[in-house]
Amino acid sequence: MVTHLPILSLITFLPVLGALFIFTIRGDEEMVVRNSRQLALWTSLVTFIISVVLILLFDPDTAGFQFVETKQWISGLGIQYYMGVDGISVWFVLLSTFLTPLCVLASWASIRSHVKEYMIAFLVLETMMVGMFCALDFVLFYLFFEGVMIPMFLIIGVWGGPRRIYAAFKFFLYTLAGSVLMLIAVLTLYVVVGKTDIPALMQARIDPSLQYWLWLAFFASFAVKVPMWPVHTWLPDAHVEAPTAGSVILAGVLLKMGAYGFLRFSLPMLPEASLFFQPLIFTLSAVAIIYTSLVALAQEDMKKLIAYSSVAHMGFVTIGIFTVNLQGIEGALFQMLSHGIISSALFLCVGVLYDRIHSRDIASYGGLVHRMPAYALVFMVFTLGALGLPGTSGFIGEFLSLLAAYQVNRLLAVLASTGMVLGAVYMLWLYRRVMLGLLEKEELKSILDLNRREVAVFAPLVVLVLWMGIYPEYFLGFMHASAENLVDKFKIAHALNLAAAAP
Amino acid sequence: MTELPDFLPALPEIVLALSGLLLLLYGAVRSDAPFRFIGYTTVLVLLAVQVMEMTIEPGGRFTFSGLFISDRYAVFMKSLVLLGSALAVLLSLDYHDQEKQERIEYPILILFATLGMMMMISASSLLSLYVGLELQSLCLYVLASIQRDTLRSTEAGLKYFILGALSSGLLLYGVSLIYGFTGSTEFSQLAKILSTANLQVPMGVIIGLVFVMAGLAFKVSAVPFHMWTPDVYEGAPTPITAFFAVAPKIAAIALLLRVLVGPLGGLVEEWQQVVVVVSLASMVLGNFAALNQTNIKRLMAYSSIGHTGYVLVGLAAGTAAGVHGVLIYITVYLFMVVGTFAVILCMRQHDRMVENIEDLAGLSKTHPMIALAMAIFMFSMAGIPPLAGFFGKLYVFLAAIESDLYALAIVGILTSVVGAFYYLRIVKIMYFDESHEPLDKWIGHDIAAILVGTGTFTLFFFIYPEPILLAATAAVASLFSG
Repeated sequence: MVTHLPILSLITFLPVLGALFIFTIRGDEEMVVRNSRQLALWTSLVTFIISVVLILLFDPDTAGFQFVETKQWISGLGIQYYMGVDGISVWFVLLSTFLTPLCVLASWASIRSHVKEYMIAFLVLETMMVGMFCALDFVLFYLFFEGVMIPMFLIIGVWGGPRRIYAAFKFFLYTLAGSVLMLIAVLTLYVVVGKTDIPALMQARIDPSLQYWLWLAFFASFAVKVPMWPVHTWLPDAHVEAPTAGSVILAGVLLKMGAYGFLRFSLPMLPEASLFFQPLIFTLSAVAIIYTSLVALAQEDMKKLIAYSSVAHMGFVTIGIFTVNLQGIEGALFQMLSHGIISSALFLCVGVLYDRIHSRDIASYGGLVHRMPAYALVFMVFTLGALGLPGTSGFIGEFLSLLAAYQVNRLLAVLASTGMVLGAVYMLWLYRRVMLGLLEKEELKSILDLNRREVAVFAPLVVLVLWMGIYPEYFLGFMHASAENLVDKFKIAHALNLAAAAP
Repeated sequence: MTELPDFLPALPEIVLALSGLLLLLYGAVRSDAPFRFIGYTTVLVLLAVQVMEMTIEPGGRFTFSGLFISDRYAVFMKSLVLLGSALAVLLSLDYHDQEKQERIEYPILILFATLGMMMMISASSLLSLYVGLELQSLCLYVLASIQRDTLRSTEAGLKYFILGALSSGLLLYGVSLIYGFTGSTEFSQLAKILSTANLQVPMGVIIGLVFVMAGLAFKVSAVPFHMWTPDVYEGAPTPITAFFAVAPKIAAIALLLRVLVGPLGGLVEEWQQVVVVVSLASMVLGNFAALNQTNIKRLMAYSSIGHTGYVLVGLAAGTAAGVHGVLIYITVYLFMVVGTFAVILCMRQHDRMVENIEDLAGLSKTHPMIALAMAIFMFSMAGIPPLAGFFGKLYVFLAAIESDLYALAIVGILTSVVGAFYYLRIVKIMYFDESHEPLDKWIGHDIAAILVGTGTFTLFFFIYPEPILLAATAAVASLFSG
């Protein structure tokens, strides 16, 4: 190990420390607001810088967990405070820490009430997200996994749009109903194996007949989070009502939690069941890709359109994961990262317009390119990224997933690729209706282009989309060892089972 | 030859009884005795007894001819009861100031009720059990109707008395059946008889067991013996409700555990079925019935029925792990409920108590700290990690799964999602709704201190849960060895 510094704990708990500081800020209203914004921004920036150090120190050639920290926590059950990252999780840590400062910046002007509480909620949310990707103990993981919901519920409910209460409840209860079943599965695993530490559980062989039930319980939780069709309906509501930064975190990180769960738990711990339920996942994913793309076509609300496109994009992720070959896993991981950046950026783009005109209806815009050339360029990059144009990050993920799907099931690959075509249709049509044409609406005639703060928000996102599209190997390089290890273990487990079944 | 019994194991109880008598005497002689003085003295006595309880070496000692036992289990449970009672008295002081209801009987009755509970917890015979239970119940009947000139309070007291007397009757009938068919009331004797006679347990013992369980189910307000709970919770003065929600409930659970694990431990298979059914019914009814409540005290009543259901999940497991889960659960529950009632006591408009959930609207803007504390308690009661309530649920459901009670665990955890809905509704009202009529600014120092303490405990329990977990482990070990 390169360093003995508890770097993961530092990244995880620094934000909550910042939140505590913000909590103690007193004084007159304006001071409090200004200071909490500054504090939140600097805390999240420092966290991001430390996580960049993490990625620089990360050794891409080992498949095992790195930067491991253990500490006795609940001795009676042998539950430890156990943290560590591998090639699968390390990029998600970075994604979370990268998006949080952008969210703080994006809310700089648009959040005016309860700024202090808003910033606290975001920093707590960051702690929960990072902790979840680093946790290597199941109970610890569950703690962070569920803990995410509390700040998110408040963010949607307090700072959201007109139907925020409905959306917040739907979000909370949907995800809670799924994840309590996972808790039962975690407890069952503990009873059967006697451990909650994740690396040990990955080694354990679990009776196939039990695997099916456990798999279904995990599926209930992760499918809601991904979200997979038909349990995706909370997502459009939550996205539409959440404030811009809330949508960014939802799309950017929270949706990845479900897919991460499939990768981290379902595949390595329950290989037989994962293979058994592969057709189910493929069917649901293919339906999701085609159905939600069609639904996206019919949307009048920009945020809703992007929300439905997210469901479709996550369909590629679940396909990639359950092909269980190297291209599929890496494609899924890459697609998640790419979607985390592109859809976040698209929500930020919508936020820019919403801040100015206070409408998300596509119909209330048109011809913006004439007044907002810089914005039009930025929006174009992300639109092309979303529809998977080669040279953007969106292409790599979808291409790898489709390649993997083709090896497993050709029909699936054909069906999934229609999603790419439909994606191009609704994204380009959205762009055409909002940005192109004549600038006719009175209230748009004085609209301003991006200001410096907004340029600062979008610049890193544009750079990343292009970097990931042009030189994906830098990002994939970190994943190779862990993904290969995952695939090998899966194959071995499967072979062992076949050998056991055929005496 | 008559020999004096060993008083040492019962010293805390004796001190408590004497202090109660002295305070009563003082109050009777000095008719102008300051209420606050008596109140604070009561709190001090309760805390002193708790310290005494913890320092006396509990070696599982019997005294009074085997009627009374002092072991680690008793110490753990008594600590919770004493703490709950002390907090309840502390909560009520400001309330009585405000309402001009300064009856010095009030803290003294709580003192004697607590004494009854401690007797219940330390009972090692069906007789001492009953005596303790009745001492407690009589005090509680009076407490429920202490505002004797208001209709609601007297109605609550009367209802509680009638149903409570009925349940005591059931319990006593069960006790007599068990005695009749086994020839003993002592727990250790009963345990021996019922484990050696496991070839054929007499029918009378089974019937007696069911009656005893029915009586105790009433005390812990488990479905189908829960009917009194909402009415009494709503009708009794709020600080008394806070007291009812914590100490008597914990004592009754302690008693239920002691009886079922100890003397009736040989009949696990018989009582397990009953506990499973009662637990399921409590979780389902408690959580669904709470959905439509508008009065916060009634809501808390149904919520407490639901929580009883979760506690019984641990008991249904019938194992040491299950009892351990129950102990963790009620420890956490104590802090959450006291905290919640502290918030409810802050609900005043124009110097009068209000009880509608809607009155909390906009609390996050008018009283951000109280709203924050209440949100912590609500999320914790819903069992959302990382708050303390999650750990209670974790342990009881783990025990249930270890005992292969999958159906119970799954139904239980799904009803907790229903429960989450109404807890979230309170958060929603505080944080998302606009206030039309803000609550009074006034908050007593005692209440504020309790809010900070319970809130901190609930929020940060997860960082260092070890001391409580280990204490519970030791308590369970002593219960199962005895």
